[in-house]
Amino acid sequence: MTMPTMLNCPMPKLDFDVITLGHGSGGLLTHRLLEAGVFDVLKNEHLNQQHDGAVLNLNGRVAFSTDSYVVSPIFFPGGNIGDLAVNGSVNDLAMCGAIPKYLSLSFILEEGLRMEEFWEVLVTIRQAADAAGVQIVTGDTKVVEKGKGDHMFINTSGIGELHPRADIRHQRVKAGDRVVVSGNLAAHGMAIMSKRQGLEFETTITSDTAPLNHLVKKLLDQFGEHIHFLRDPTRGGVATVLNEIADLANVGVALHQKFLPIDEQVAGACEMLGLDPLYVANEGIFIAVVDGSVTDDVVTQMRADGLGKNACAIGEIVGAHPGQVILASSIGGKRVVNYLTGDQLPRIC
Amino acid sequence: MKFISEYRDQELVRQYLQEIHRITTRPWTIMEICGGQTHSLVKNGILDMLPNAITMVHGPGCPVCVTPLGIIDEAILLALRQEVILCSFGDMLRVPGSAMSLLEAKARGADVRIVYSPLEAVRLAAEHPEREVVFFAVGFETTAPANALSVVQTDKMGIRNYSILASHVLVPPAMEAILSDPETRIDAFLAAGHVCTIMGMNEYDPIVAKYQTPIVVTGFEPVDLLQGILMAVQQLERGEARLENQYARVVTREGNRLAQDVINQVFDVSDRAWRGIGTIPLSGLEVKGDYSGYNARAKFKLAETAVKENPDCISGEIMKGMKKPHQCPMFGTRCKPEHPLGAPMVSSEGACAAYYQYAQTLHEA
Repeated sequence: MTMPTMLNCPMPKLDFDVITLGHGSGGLLTHRLLEAGVFDVLKNEHLNQQHDGAVLNLNGRVAFSTDSYVVSPIFFPGGNIGDLAVNGSVNDLAMCGAIPKYLSLSFILEEGLRMEEFWEVLVTIRQAADAAGVQIVTGDTKVVEKGKGDHMFINTSGIGELHPRADIRHQRVKAGDRVVVSGNLAAHGMAIMSKRQGLEFETTITSDTAPLNHLVKKLLDQFGEHIHFLRDPTRGGVATVLNEIADLANVGVALHQKFLPIDEQVAGACEMLGLDPLYVANEGIFIAVVDGSVTDDVVTQMRADGLGKNACAIGEIVGAHPGQVILASSIGGKRVVNYLTGDQLPRIC
Repeated sequence: MKFISEYRDQELVRQYLQEIHRITTRPWTIMEICGGQTHSLVKNGILDMLPNAITMVHGPGCPVCVTPLGIIDEAILLALRQEVILCSFGDMLRVPGSAMSLLEAKARGADVRIVYSPLEAVRLAAEHPEREVVFFAVGFETTAPANALSVVQTDKMGIRNYSILASHVLVPPAMEAILSDPETRIDAFLAAGHVCTIMGMNEYDPIVAKYQTPIVVTGFEPVDLLQGILMAVQQLERGEARLENQYARVVTREGNRLAQDVINQVFDVSDRAWRGIGTIPLSGLEVKGDYSGYNARAKFKLAETAVKENPDCISGEIMKGMKKPHQCPMFGTRCKPEHPLGAPMVSSEGACAAYYQYAQTLHEA
């Protein structure tokens, strides 16, 4: 675990090296943690008010989203729970067709969490917010007894202004649309899996956690209403999102295995553990259902962006088999891709 | 991916399929033994690409599916003990016991951990000398060597807080049980490539000779399976019954001698109950008396209890190839992966799970 190469933000000299219950009591320790830590790292004109809530100016239609982050371990190859908490809510807003503006940030810390770890996550949150172009404007910190939490849980909520050309609704998904994925599948889930206790295997797979709002904005600027639907395939992976689309819009999804972009190392790790990459979590890609007429241009535009360099059209919306996702296997067979039941569990042999 | 993509080559698949279609003149029923093969057939859509005359039936080679209810209950009983850390391969967790599954036991506070190798359980035992670590040693001949090795290792290291709850089954006696059942009709077998990697091929000669049934040792990728099916059909069409090896890149006639030795060092062959099928003589492995300190049954004095299977689950008929999953009235209605009546619906190698996950609606259509 190395400290990120953060600006001029060294950890302040504090007279405690672990989080204690007192840090969540609302008293002096809380005050010192906030003063010397949180406010200093995250500072902006809204947070500096130190009010009970933030008073904000927003224009037009607003998107609002919330998510909680309980990832274990909290540090993983390619990021930590802090990146995830910022990018997760930013991406949820972007999937609504919004330009994310402000986030709230709530910590639930477990007593005994090392202060350096808290600091590293905090600094990462600032960096991720800067990268996404959002501000943390209100927040909360609670501490629970040791054994009652798993190091750290984070909740973020986000508000964004709707892009003027966005009309992202499942009702707009129709036969003839194409399904585009913005990048390689399954990297985040496999990065986490590679570090879970008992499952460690040698790999350099890193999480794909990233803010998707800039790329989404470019697409909306250029293609506007031709973008019919957006969703980021986090938990449950691409298969789950495609099933949701099929259900919500009552359409069929025809998927082509040979077009699914998967990094070779990730594919190898999935093979070894017996997991299907279609169900593995992602944190830095999205699925776009776009009008058939603009598919190639959307893919080209995505590929011109660093985040979208592996973008691919992976399937199409069809009138046949409504409510179902059918995959054409790479050898020419066909099968149903269903919702996942429970967790994907490693197999015996 | 080297050594995988070659066996998923669309052109090779096409050629094998064409040849199978060309030479098939009569209906044949072929059983693939291993659940991994079943899943590959269904997941790749191969079943629908074969000639209608060829019926693939899905064999009992799913270790999770054949583990008797009583043993699942034993594992849950152990897991619920304060001092026990129960380690298991992932796919055992959702299998229903008579009152609950290991996953439900975990939710009620049992310390159940998923491991990839029994050696990880050994490490846990070394790290937690105050706890009792029990490894749920499930599987065919494939997982037996590593499980046996964990016992040998702990014995050498002087670790005393480790034991295994063994539920090992053997493939050849199950094939004999299926062939001698008057209600089944299997024309040829695809034997499980992984099992033969360990055990070699010699144990199958007597079965081929006695039942005059072709056996082709077969791998798991689409090209492997189609080549195995082709070899079986070639024999059947010529009226032959031989033991052949499609999976020669991995399987040798002798198998892995070191692995066989460690199995023999730790385990005795014993009678074994198979879930849904019943007791098959000399079809399982039990920890030898010399190592009884590592046998969870002896260590925790587990008494055998009579438990009743859910009468609505027809897993026995499915694993003997007499019925297909979607022919079960409970399939997809009262029995689903999220609330299974039997193990084949939850295991990653179970035939019912394969049909539910990949083919349910294709077959309904």
